[in-house]
Amino acid sequence: MSENTTIAEIDPVPATAGATAPTIAAANIAETRPRPSVASTGPVGWMRANLFSGWWSSAVTLVLGYFVIRWAIGIVEWALIRAHWAVPMGANGQPDPSVCRAATDGACWAIIGEKYRFILFGLYPYDQQWRPSICVVLFIALFVVSASRRFWRKELLGVWMVTLAVIGGLMWGGFAGLPYVSQEQWGGLPITLILATFGLAFAFPLAVLVALGRRSRNLPAVKLLCVLYVELIRGVPLVSLLFMASVMFPLFMPVGLNPDKLLRAQIAIILFAGAYLAEVVRGGLQALPKGQFEAADALGLSYWKKTSFIVLPQALRLVIPPLVNTFIGFFKDTSLVLIIGIFDLLTSGKAAMTDPVWTGFSTEVYIVLAAIYFVFCFAMSRYSSGLERDFSQTRNR
Amino acid sequence: MIRPTIAGGLFAGFLLSAGLSATPAAAQPTGSATLDAVRARGQLVCGVSTGVPGFSLPDSQGVWRGLDADSCRAIAAAVLGDANKIKFAPLTTQNRFTALQSGEIDVLIRSTTWTLGREANLGLEFAGVNYYDGTGFLVKTAMGVKSAKEMDGATICVQPGTSTELAIADYYRVNKIKYTPVLIENLAEIQSAFLSGRCDAYSTDSSALATFRATQPKKEDFVLLPEIISKEPLGAMVRKGDDKWFDIVRWTYFAEVTGEELGVNQKNVDQMLTSTTPDVRRLLGLEGDLGKALGLDNKFAFNIIKQVGNFGEIWDRSITVLGVPRGINNIWNKGGLHYAPPMR
Repeated sequence: MSENTTIAEIDPVPATAGATAPTIAAANIAETRPRPSVASTGPVGWMRANLFSGWWSSAVTLVLGYFVIRWAIGIVEWALIRAHWAVPMGANGQPDPSVCRAATDGACWAIIGEKYRFILFGLYPYDQQWRPSICVVLFIALFVVSASRRFWRKELLGVWMVTLAVIGGLMWGGFAGLPYVSQEQWGGLPITLILATFGLAFAFPLAVLVALGRRSRNLPAVKLLCVLYVELIRGVPLVSLLFMASVMFPLFMPVGLNPDKLLRAQIAIILFAGAYLAEVVRGGLQALPKGQFEAADALGLSYWKKTSFIVLPQALRLVIPPLVNTFIGFFKDTSLVLIIGIFDLLTSGKAAMTDPVWTGFSTEVYIVLAAIYFVFCFAMSRYSSGLERDFSQTRNR
Repeated sequence: MIRPTIAGGLFAGFLLSAGLSATPAAAQPTGSATLDAVRARGQLVCGVSTGVPGFSLPDSQGVWRGLDADSCRAIAAAVLGDANKIKFAPLTTQNRFTALQSGEIDVLIRSTTWTLGREANLGLEFAGVNYYDGTGFLVKTAMGVKSAKEMDGATICVQPGTSTELAIADYYRVNKIKYTPVLIENLAEIQSAFLSGRCDAYSTDSSALATFRATQPKKEDFVLLPEIISKEPLGAMVRKGDDKWFDIVRWTYFAEVTGEELGVNQKNVDQMLTSTTPDVRRLLGLEGDLGKALGLDNKFAFNIIKQVGNFGEIWDRSITVLGVPRGINNIWNKGGLHYAPPMR
């Protein structure tokens, strides 16, 4: 007890001393150096230098500022303040959006509340939609785990196999009391993730092989094949490939021996992505100094050892930005399956906004769809810039 | 997942071809490849749209609703005795015919217009019309226009590449009136363009116009012009060369219409089994062998009406709720075009 009292008594003294000392120091500095005017430092100074440097730039700033603020207020007002988050039930037991229609100056988020399960999972049986939701979580977990460099080992391949098998089992069902759900009923976000993941997972190894084949000097037939493949596929739009897969291909097959529509679209996407990625990888191969190849040859490494230990690690590192660019592009391109009637995220969103009860609220649905695509694409681009930084550390050392 | 799908596809294909080749030796050969395939599969595969309100559109639970979807269910009820033994294949306007030609689907009911060109060129035929539609015009009441012929120099919003676009061009050429088409592909965009006043009139199938008008906050601000300038009979398509299957699809529709004509509906169909009216007894399979003659169960019409409803009920559930008047789509004795030959 006595100790405590002592501290309490002594304490105020150093505290006062500490507080006064800097004040004195600051006062000294102020006397010795001219105080910089408030207007040239800090945010005010920055604004003076960049936004109000002359009457012309001030005028532009004011006009643009006015529009930006007005626009922002308008958006907030539409999306939040005047928005309807729920609508009352109508006489027929269905939600009745007439409240939204009466007030046209606010967003009607009630359509998302009513339709979000359809937008996310499409035609998948309503009472079984916990299955695709688990699949989406599994997909995201798989991406997160694969993104971390700590897990870049051989076992990761096994993790992928197992996870994809589990996803397939969950989506199809037909065992352990889970009713069977055919691929025609799959829809929404799982379809987008399946098309993008499988598309890129299969296209990437294909692309590496094609890029190597295209650069091979002593295998002219292989080289010709690779050149033909890349040029043929790159020469047509993805839409026409999807059309061929969906419209022309079935006509060549005997009745009953026709692979499923989703699989056909998936193969078209793999082939298309493969051609584009192959050119990206080839760019990396060409950027590699000749000395690297010669050094590997001098060590007496075989072709495959040279390629997998010396050439590819460096080449792929060089092309991370264009690779991710292509990945992001393809993630969004999967929405083109819309034109062949596969219910991916965009198609189910469009079907949701076609509902005559809810017509006129397409903006809200499009915003939600854009947000979902943005989250995935932004995550990819952030990840790639992190990856570039990590890799460039070794080069800049 | 890819590999199981290929394997699954091959396996299913193998089963299917095995089933097909085995059927001639089976107990009841029907003589219809499609009917045999449907029975072997235990499921009808029906081609529908990816979202046309009133015809085929999944609701918030992902269940297909609409006139076309229910027409599909009626066929499943007739053939398999269960309206839920059905798989809907969503198709776009581009891949709908191929899907039927290649055997991916058994029947196509996708608000498709019956034309000579389609029936003569595609190897497909129309087995019945479930909706008599036509191109119409919607204008704002404030314009004061009473007829499409008054719209000289008007701008008209229309979807490019549709039969509507051709119909309008023909109509105005015949009537020697000038107009400016505003071509917009997307449905939501074309509607907002019309509402915002970018065009004086919005033209498409009158069913879609009535739906659009009914969902506006103030219906009386818009008026449908009396002119219907084209014929758009929409119906079910099957492959040519399978006449038994054609008959089944056609008489499924006739059974729905006959049900409405005789007043047999989903609610009273069980009581109707005790009816003494010969037409009702024949329809419900209590007398005669009408179902057997088609290669179906004699109670096929009972199953349709019990599980899906008669034509009027299907219509009310899908189309009337959109605010579209029945008009020429009533049955023949109420002034419409839906007419079923006698079922006997």
